Amino acid sequence: MSGYVEGVIILIGINIIAVLGVSILTGFTRLFSFGNAGFMAIGAYASAILTTKFNMPFLISLLGGMLMAALISLALGKLTLGLKGDYFLITTLGFGECTRVLIEFLDPITGGARGYAGIPQKTTLLIVLISVALAITVARNLLNSKYGRNLKAIREQEIAADAVGIDTARFKQLSFTVSAIYAGWAGALFAHYYMFITPAMFNLDKSSELTITVVIGGLGSLTGSVIATTVLTLLPEVLRSVANYRMLFYGIAVVLIITLRPNGLMGYKELSASWIKNLPIQVRRMFRCRKEVA
Amino acid sequence: MKEILKIANLTKKFGGVCAIDNFSVTLEEGTVHGLIGPNGAGKTTIFNTITGIYKPTGGTIEFMGKDITNKKPYQVAQQGIGRTFQNIRLFSQLSVLENVFIAGHMDADYDLFAAILRLNKFGKKEKYLRENCIELLKILGLSDKLNEKAGSLPYGHQRKLEIARALALRPKLLLLDEPAAGMNRDESKELVEFINELKEKFKLTILMVEHHMDVVMSICRRITVLNFGKTIAEGTAKEIQTNKLVREAYLGGEDAAC
Ligand SMILES: Nc1ncnc2c1ncn2[C@@H]1O[C@H](COP(=O)(O)OP(=O)(O)OP(=O)(O)O)[C@@H](O)[C@H]1O
Ligand SMILES: [Mg+2]
Repeated sequence: MSGYVEGVIILIGINIIAVLGVSILTGFTRLFSFGNAGFMAIGAYASAILTTKFNMPFLISLLGGMLMAALISLALGKLTLGLKGDYFLITTLGFGECTRVLIEFLDPITGGARGYAGIPQKTTLLIVLISVALAITVARNLLNSKYGRNLKAIREQEIAADAVGIDTARFKQLSFTVSAIYAGWAGALFAHYYMFITPAMFNLDKSSELTITVVIGGLGSLTGSVIATTVLTLLPEVLRSVANYRMLFYGIAVVLIITLRPNGLMGYKELSASWIKNLPIQVRRMFRCRKEVA
Repeated sequence: MKEILKIANLTKKFGGVCAIDNFSVTLEEGTVHGLIGPNGAGKTTIFNTITGIYKPTGGTIEFMGKDITNKKPYQVAQQGIGRTFQNIRLFSQLSVLENVFIAGHMDADYDLFAAILRLNKFGKKEKYLRENCIELLKILGLSDKLNEKAGSLPYGHQRKLEIARALALRPKLLLLDEPAAGMNRDESKELVEFINELKEKFKLTILMVEHHMDVVMSICRRITVLNFGKTIAEGTAKEIQTNKLVREAYLGGEDAAC
């Protein structure tokens, strides 16, 4: 395999892990976040510092990055998860930007805006593939248990979730922390693949990209998130000339999806054998609907 | 007879509006208590205050000997109070089975690691819970709709599913807010008789808001009549029917409207 192809696959894998975190938070709990790149940054910097300054083995650095993101999500969640939807979203936005600025400000430890260099390359294709498999399995098992059902209950109808005895505050926190751990995981892999990180890599654009990917893939669908991440990571690589217009492309895609297919590619459905079998019927039905509308 | 719910001097104000004014009631175990009154009388507000959605301005609520006055909604539910909503609140994107499955979460006593690692314990508990849920849906007459989306069920079935969901937490007390809303007299009579059967089967105590007077009269051991947040009468069906205040405030009004 050429180094280039390997690099693209690694990037897709890292993005999948970060997007899965947002998928759990947004797609399954209906908490919109525009700050998950902040948790990626925390995972990236914490793990990089553990590796370079404390000579920790990669696995420990990786876990350290995830743990750091988890701890910060616990503190932040305590403060913000009680807020109503829109306000929560704004605090995540603020958090993401604060994290970036704080990393710039802590120049002696983080290298400031110039970036943090000299991270050894530890992330291999194999490690990414194992990570992705693990991330998907854990997410799937979590969602297909009472924990996931409780999150879906909060997404669907919070007052009713309360009324059947679900401690909604606790389960929102669970969702938020899991999404932070996934982001930290992705950030740590990212740092140890590119060997050089800057705060600007984890800006609002990155956070938006993660959330938009989930929306395009369809809320409430892990497979939708994985497919959308793959396509959206590949597209700029394939169409090099438009890579600069990436955010423009994302914006247009999101507007189109929301107007034409409000549930996203796979909203509330998972890709499975029976789904594929039913595909022709669904396509036919879709076209029939179109015709009726016309 | 044992008292299961004891509400004393409950008051709830929204700004200047006194939605509940000094409301008191005692429910005996195994009975059906009716709560009636014209629109805006404060019936739903009483439910929302019992279940912790609203903090009362004054008064106390005692359930099975425990003070639950300022408990959070999920804590009230965990104590054993199930409820339905006047404006249906199902998990509408989810299947009929999932709606009930969710409500059974307290019976799924495995931890996060058992769930993620798919330990034996997880599988056993889930299987047991699933069978219970299907059994419950069978009783409610929804077992042929397990995989249908809750939001796309016909209205009457949605009402029944809400009752099934409330029953899945194995409550001692069930609060039903207009379970027969939108149904005609015969349909609502049928539903309420069915609710009475459920009461026997699940050993429930029921507090019910219902608009069809004759239906309420036939099933409720005792009835409380509210008007503008105030209790204007409490007693047996007979006592209520012959109460002058009630006739003026409520029955009279309805008769005139019909
Ligand atoms: N959240 C709220 N904020 C302000 N006022 C409220 C609120 N909830 C209820 N009220 C007011 O309290 C009063 C009682 O309302 P409630 O919904 O309890 O009546 P109800 O007896 O259930 O009526 P209906 O038969 O129409 O369901 C009404 O005047 C209503 O406007
Ligand atoms: Mg009401």
